[in-house]
Amino acid sequence: MALQSLDIIRRSATTLPEPQIRLGTGDQHVAKLIDTTKCIGCKACQVACMEWNDLRDEIGTNTGHYQNPHDLSASSWTLMRFAEVENTQGDLEWLIRKDGCMHCQDPGCLKACPSPGAIVQYANGIVDFHEENCIGCGYCITGCPFDIPRISKKDHKAYKCTLCSDRVSVGLEPACIKACPTGALVFGTKEDMKLHAAERIEDLKSRGFDNAGLYDPAGVSGTHVMYVLHHADQPELYSGLPQDPHISPMVRLWKGFSKPLGLAAMAMTALFGFFHFVRVGPNETDGGDEAAANEMARSTATSTSAAAEKAP
Amino acid sequence: MSDTKGSGATVTSGAAGHSTGEAGQGSPHRLDTLVRYSANDRTNHWLTAIAFVLAALSGLAMFHPALFGLSGLFGGGPWNRILHPFIGLFMVLAFVFLASRMWSHNSLQPRDWQWMRQIRDVVVNREDRLPEVGKYNAGQKLLFWVLVICLAGLLLTGFVIWRAYFAAYFPIDVVRIASIVHAVCALVLICSIIVHIYAAIWVKGSVHAMVRGTVTPGWAWKHHRAWFREMTHAANSRSRQD
Repeated sequence: MALQSLDIIRRSATTLPEPQIRLGTGDQHVAKLIDTTKCIGCKACQVACMEWNDLRDEIGTNTGHYQNPHDLSASSWTLMRFAEVENTQGDLEWLIRKDGCMHCQDPGCLKACPSPGAIVQYANGIVDFHEENCIGCGYCITGCPFDIPRISKKDHKAYKCTLCSDRVSVGLEPACIKACPTGALVFGTKEDMKLHAAERIEDLKSRGFDNAGLYDPAGVSGTHVMYVLHHADQPELYSGLPQDPHISPMVRLWKGFSKPLGLAAMAMTALFGFFHFVRVGPNETDGGDEAAANEMARSTATSTSAAAEKAP
Repeated sequence: MSDTKGSGATVTSGAAGHSTGEAGQGSPHRLDTLVRYSANDRTNHWLTAIAFVLAALSGLAMFHPALFGLSGLFGGGPWNRILHPFIGLFMVLAFVFLASRMWSHNSLQPRDWQWMRQIRDVVVNREDRLPEVGKYNAGQKLLFWVLVICLAGLLLTGFVIWRAYFAAYFPIDVVRIASIVHAVCALVLICSIIVHIYAAIWVKGSVHAMVRGTVTPGWAWKHHRAWFREMTHAANSRSRQD
């Protein structure tokens, strides 16, 4: 951890800067490129993920669908999502997308997390959960624009794809990349991945996919997992990949502006009270008030008893 | 434990034998104390207050990184997260009973608006210029309604963002809105309670009223004259009937 901490550029619920000593010494952003046009839906990546991370999800039920498991879970960090889409020519297209954490450059989970150091971002761009610091509140789910983090029912900690940060830190590619048989998954520096994607997109366009393009959404300042899509103009076709993902304004307000404003409001209220006491002083009752009270009580008693004597 | 008997309209006499009934016959008349809050009222208030303090501390721990250390009071981050909603539920439950006791005394009346218009006189301790006040003044009534609204807001949004049991049943946008509304309600509540606590320190005798249950006649006459008159009336009528 000692040296690893020097590679952390962002840390959840932390207001001061992270160690800066290594910044600008040649750290390169990494990226995983998922070429949906090459994916055959074999799920080797899912299996590799299970193997490397020692995860075994519960065995689910078959609902007549290739997608298995049905959704991401605390034990399934990546998942092939199968979408059957009818295109404008009336042909069926099978759009398969490997879903999982997108490793946003501006991560909504990290912004929302209240626990210091439960979510970190490394200098290479990978967003990682440190479960030992996780308190299980689920704010990361609220902050994520891609619906990725899952809270385990066993330990109430949040889990998601780590982009194999353990492998990448020692110069290996993520396990899913290693397993992909078609080359649909590639890994490298973000710049290289963009160049590779550009070549793929050119090729796709030459074959009639006019709207082929790279999915590297600017709303979250780009992602460290990118897609090559045949229909980059309609990412929702790929099992609801968001068109313009960004951290919700509600989350920005909640975890941005409202935090200092809230503290200031509470402090000002307390200070206002203190200085009111100093300047104006307490509101006390004295002998005069007691005398006036007794006077009023006596006159009330007199009138009450006078009324009572008249009554019979 | 005479003060536990319901109405709180008891006026105790200063010296033995000098009951208020005799006052009408011209005997020396001294009132010692008025019961403002029964033992049940006080217990209910302080249960709510304790729950509020715990809910506020554990909530603030999850609100601002600078205050995360407060989670240590609750056994660390995960325990803080586990306990906070249950403490909150207890607070709301206690407040429901408290509010139902006080509801009828807190309807805003024309004289309350006049009181609020004269807030400058209020803050400089010039109560003599203000309209007569019943059991609660306009500030207290306003606080009451702010608390009702904030606690209702916190309860509803709290369920929506309670990840362990309920959050999964709500759409993510609803959870996001509930998160910010929860924070805003909590902020308004905490600031209101800071004002409430300060007001109790400022107006001497208020803390005694909520701890021991009683106030002096002079206190009641000065701060809640209409209530004082009502209490002395009630006590006199009752002592006539005895």
